Amino acid sequence: MSWEQDEALRCVKCGFCLQACPTYQEWGIETHSPRGRLSVMRSLMAGELTPQEAMPAIDHCLGCRACEPACPSGIEYGRVLEGARHQLVQAGAETGPRLPRLAVSMGLRHLLPHPARLRALASGLRLLRRTGLVRSFKRLLPAHMERVLTALPEPPERGERERWLTSAGGRRLPTGEVVFPAIGTSRYRVAFLTGCVMDALFWAVNRSTVTVLQRIGCDVVVPAASCCGALHAHAGQMEQAAALARENLRALAAAEAYVGTVDAIVTNSGGCGAHMVGYSHLLGSEAEPFVKRVMDLSQWVDKVGLGEAVFTPLLLRVTYQESCHLANGQKVRKEPRRLLAAIPGVHLIEMAEAGTCCGSAGIYNLTHPEMAGQLLSRKVGHITGTMAEVVVTANPGCHLQLLTGLQDAPNQVQVMHLAEVLAKSLAPGR
Amino acid sequence: MAELPLARLQEILGPRDLLSQPADCVAYSNDATWHAHRPDAIALPRDAGQIESLVRLANQHKFPITPRGAGTGLSGGCVPIHGGLVVSTARLQRIIDVDRRDLIAVVEPGVVTANLQAKVAAEGLMYPPDPSSKNVSTLGGNIAENAGGPRGFKYGVTRDYVLGLEVVLPDGARLNTGGRTVKNVTGYDLTRLLVGSEGTLGIITSATLRLVPQPETQMTLLATFDQLEAAGDAVGRIVAAGIVPATIELMDRLTLEVVEQFLKAGWPKTEAALLIEVDGYDEAVRRQQKQVADLCHAAGARTVELAADLDAAAKLWQGRRSVNPALTRLGPVKVGEDVVVPPSRVTDFIRRFQYLRGKFNLPMVTFGHAGDGNLHPNVVMDPRDQAQVQEVNEWLAEVARLALDLGGSLSGEHGIGLLKAPFLEWEVGAVGLRVMRSIKAALDPAGIMNPGKMRLDPEVLV
Repeated sequence: MSWEQDEALRCVKCGFCLQACPTYQEWGIETHSPRGRLSVMRSLMAGELTPQEAMPAIDHCLGCRACEPACPSGIEYGRVLEGARHQLVQAGAETGPRLPRLAVSMGLRHLLPHPARLRALASGLRLLRRTGLVRSFKRLLPAHMERVLTALPEPPERGERERWLTSAGGRRLPTGEVVFPAIGTSRYRVAFLTGCVMDALFWAVNRSTVTVLQRIGCDVVVPAASCCGALHAHAGQMEQAAALARENLRALAAAEAYVGTVDAIVTNSGGCGAHMVGYSHLLGSEAEPFVKRVMDLSQWVDKVGLGEAVFTPLLLRVTYQESCHLANGQKVRKEPRRLLAAIPGVHLIEMAEAGTCCGSAGIYNLTHPEMAGQLLSRKVGHITGTMAEVVVTANPGCHLQLLTGLQDAPNQVQVMHLAEVLAKSLAPGR
Repeated sequence: MAELPLARLQEILGPRDLLSQPADCVAYSNDATWHAHRPDAIALPRDAGQIESLVRLANQHKFPITPRGAGTGLSGGCVPIHGGLVVSTARLQRIIDVDRRDLIAVVEPGVVTANLQAKVAAEGLMYPPDPSSKNVSTLGGNIAENAGGPRGFKYGVTRDYVLGLEVVLPDGARLNTGGRTVKNVTGYDLTRLLVGSEGTLGIITSATLRLVPQPETQMTLLATFDQLEAAGDAVGRIVAAGIVPATIELMDRLTLEVVEQFLKAGWPKTEAALLIEVDGYDEAVRRQQKQVADLCHAAGARTVELAADLDAAAKLWQGRRSVNPALTRLGPVKVGEDVVVPPSRVTDFIRRFQYLRGKFNLPMVTFGHAGDGNLHPNVVMDPRDQAQVQEVNEWLAEVARLALDLGGSLSGEHGIGLLKAPFLEWEVGAVGLRVMRSIKAALDPAGIMNPGKMRLDPEVLV
């Protein structure tokens, strides 16, 4: 606990973080502000508050880390929060109704690290929708869960993944990795981590990501990894998070043993990327070579350029919703906007509070529906205010949250991941 | 003091506006100093009527009340050191009126200062007091502490802009002071008594503030010096030449370093810098700006640069406002002083302050409003090390003594609160303290309004 205690002590209580904090902006209560939470965490770590007493304050934090860029003292709030949540987990401090807590705990342990189970769940949900059983479930599920279920995109058809893999020139290796060749001249070799939630719920985004990487001249290897462990760390489950981190390092090493060293480890999920650039905190310096190469898709494309590919015109009015973790964790804000602005015909309109959390915050929207709902309404208001046709996202949680919120919006606003927009516009040069 | 009657409080406030969980009490236990004490509960009233009821209840049941704005105070003013009920103004955020013709604004106490400034700027008006915390701090808090800020040199402080107040007195009665006019001499000047009374004489529920026309334009310069004393000399020359810039802000070497660490915006590495802003009509500003630059050069400035545009100026000001918080890059806890000396003695103060660097082992900086002689020496320490805490207390006393020796004062703008209470009598004298205590006793016979502050309670030792 010592690093976290020292770090929390550095807070001068200047309050600069208050305006950046979504929960403080909604409720106006000090306890639910970064400054207040740091006070509570200091007391928890000093033994002045019991874990049970500290829990409600720490529990309502989105973990969006918007306070970090606002803090002149440079306090690494996100890490202190994870440390405090770890302490709460170890103490067995409980919050809220038992059934959702159990579901989250089981999901973290038994679902997220297992891609096959996740895909099965996604297919099951599709079945529920098609047979109309979702409506019957309404009585069993809380209202907000039902809205989320209705918003879920269609999972791929049976066999669709394999058909696409073949058509893209991909090969599945016996050890589980998948490799895709560059289109045209091969300029770079990258690893692409497909993630857990993204892979199960937004496979089309992963498909677009591979397409983009191929077209700009990258050979792609998808290591046989699964979940990066972000959600586990955010929940204070540090042992599980460390195990998953080690698993990712091992999977990359195995992939590189086959294809050679990769120039970048590309992610398309802000939550995952931000967590992975912090792997050294979990695993020490052995994670450095991995951490140094983690890049968001937008960062990578912005850095290496389009190679032989060109942007073809796309007539679209778009607005960009920051992924909190991509912005505050990976400090990537300009690159997605530069790429969107570079596509001929795309008109990028900035929404108000583009950098403010939409309320997804991992699975916060499932566990804290009231606050998440308030933030979502506010966000939908800003999106529709731009009159954009498409809101572009950089993270699956945001993607799902926005789909949920925009279902009932007056004008049709589509939600697309940046990768999907890029893939739609990018064409091979020759 | 007594237990809180929670049931009665719930009746007055409703369930959402009364907090009493342990985590809430911890969150509301401090301000921006290292002083902290848990209250028993926190009230977030929505109107003056609720505040009256709370204060009457406090008198009945004899529990202490501590008013609180944004909790960014630097002297312990809103720390509930006797427990009891914190009364937060967070739900009183309305700007009630902005009157272009009478040049006034009427506000509730919880309005964030910068929000008022933005609102009146849209009408071509200005509310000048600009404490560095203005993006977070509230007008109620600013008034209670008579907050200053860089523009104080030309424009004065909060006290100069409060025309009238509505206050709930410590006995629960509602008092209206002053009015909507700048000129007003009717009975004792109660408005002036209340401004800077640090929440010990009542809770402000509404304020009538004076506005001025927005100046046509402003220019911002950054001058760098190889010696701190040379910067002090430049300040003296500017004042002696009869120029009144809107601000003359001093930043020493270490201050500049921490700001650069935070902002990475190319802040210079130099012994001292002056951030000077002149404002007014375009022709006057150009003339003044040239004069100021010449005077800085005459005092030995190494460089004098003009900010190219409003954005560049805004970045400079962001740096200046971030100094306080950025200091914890030097050490976990910072302790700030807020002394003021006559402008002609600024250089003397700086020289003697340099001597203190040699005497004490802790990293220290000085920065602040050199134009009006109000400087903020700061040390950085680890409060878990008792030896350091001891050193800091000695340092505080030395700096206080130094300011008084030079004909200055203990507090330019942060207030006495807890932090400077031990030194108050040095400045106001025994008679001054007796008069202050009689006023307090007359208005707060039950002693429930922010007790333990400003050395007003004889039995409390800080």
